[in-house]
Amino acid sequence: METVAIIDYGSGNLRSAAKAFERAAADAGLALRIVVTADPDAVARAARIVLPGVGAFADCHAGLEAVDGMVPALRAAVEEKGRPFLGICVGMQLMATRGLEHRVTPGLGWIPGEVVALQPGDARLKVPHMGWNELRPRGPRHAVLAGIEGAAAPHAYFVHSYQFVPLDPSHVLATTDYGGPVTAVVGRDNLVGTQFHPEKSQEVGLRLIADFLLWRP
Amino acid sequence: MLKVRLIPCLDVKDGRVVKGVNFVDLVDAGDPAEQARIYDREGADELTFLDITASHENRSIILDAVARTAEACFMPLTVGGGVRTESDIRRLLMAGADKVSINTAAVHNPDFVGAAARKFGSQCIVVAIDAKATAPGGWEVFTHGGRNPTGLDAVEWARRMTAMGAGEILLTSMDRDGTRAGFDTALTRAVSDAVTVPVIASGGVGTLDHLVEGVKQGHASAVLAASIFHFGTFRLRQAKEHMARAGVPVRPIDRRPA
Repeated sequence: METVAIIDYGSGNLRSAAKAFERAAADAGLALRIVVTADPDAVARAARIVLPGVGAFADCHAGLEAVDGMVPALRAAVEEKGRPFLGICVGMQLMATRGLEHRVTPGLGWIPGEVVALQPGDARLKVPHMGWNELRPRGPRHAVLAGIEGAAAPHAYFVHSYQFVPLDPSHVLATTDYGGPVTAVVGRDNLVGTQFHPEKSQEVGLRLIADFLLWRP
Repeated sequence: MLKVRLIPCLDVKDGRVVKGVNFVDLVDAGDPAEQARIYDREGADELTFLDITASHENRSIILDAVARTAEACFMPLTVGGGVRTESDIRRLLMAGADKVSINTAAVHNPDFVGAAARKFGSQCIVVAIDAKATAPGGWEVFTHGGRNPTGLDAVEWARRMTAMGAGEILLTSMDRDGTRAGFDTALTRAVSDAVTVPVIASGGVGTLDHLVEGVKQGHASAVLAASIFHFGTFRLRQAKEHMARAGVPVRPIDRRPA
């Protein structure tokens, strides 16, 4: 049975995330083993990899680096073997070249660009951007967004104060509006990342997770 | 556009829902996880559990309900009541809560909020403020269900808590709580306009128009209600439809067939 590895590097509780992946897999009729793991070998063996993350960019980066062998295992699986990868929230932001939260911190460098403070065009808008906002897919159709593109008004749950600004606009697969467009989904090749929390986004989120699990990049 | 959140709140005592409505489709009306599933199905944007368990020994009972809820409802879950230490926060987050709300402990030790935000991230630290009007345009922070005055100005306190790292403010008018007379929208507005983080209005909802007032007059980012849903006076679906008709942006109800 193929394994989906959700990387545990001390950034929040991942049990409910694992449950969401289990539910989405069952709904999609997929027999997959979902594991929450801090073991680089388990990540190396996994068919698909999920990198979650809550809190600050610098803390998440430090947490990931602190797991011995994890970053090399992640790079080998994603860069060399082309395993499908999903980053969630700060896990998505870590795909960037660098983050500017608190200090300049290098990211995994998979999607060129920076993670910068959210500064909504309308000063009355609150930061963090917290709650349900509508997703706007853009560019060519993407398999991971198939369910979202089919929905009438897909809303997802966001909570963040920084946003990923990719250098190449074609890496932005969906935006949401918060005093201007805010990057909601990034991707290229076998990589995809969501600023929102699919595991907290009820039906829309479960659909996106199922589409990721079905994805053959 | 960001939508206004509608948040049903369940009061939980010794692991059981207090004042829960006996929906026909509930196997066990006293089970918070069962109630949560109903609200999930009806389009709640988030859930809040308020643990009103009096004895410290029985506090851990809530963890089981949190775990069972988090495994079945894929939406944000906040738990408040008796959160006093970093280990209380850790246990709730590990059980599956996404946010915790801190009330009395913040008043006793404001640095606790800062430490918690640094340790767990502002995104999961909600500061709950219970306020009472003390003068026209003036509100004081109270603790212990409105019994103990603190001498703190509610608007200043909200600013200070935000500066310490609170990611959200849950603001309850103790004058209105339980009255069904509507939010204290002047209080809600004063606090909402004073802080950069989202404010959840709470206390006093008796009609669906009250929910609209919390947003339009109170400038709240989210509205919380307990009894109108518990007693089955209104269903969540009706509330969202009403808010949408009144021009409040709400998330369309998104549900797979049950």
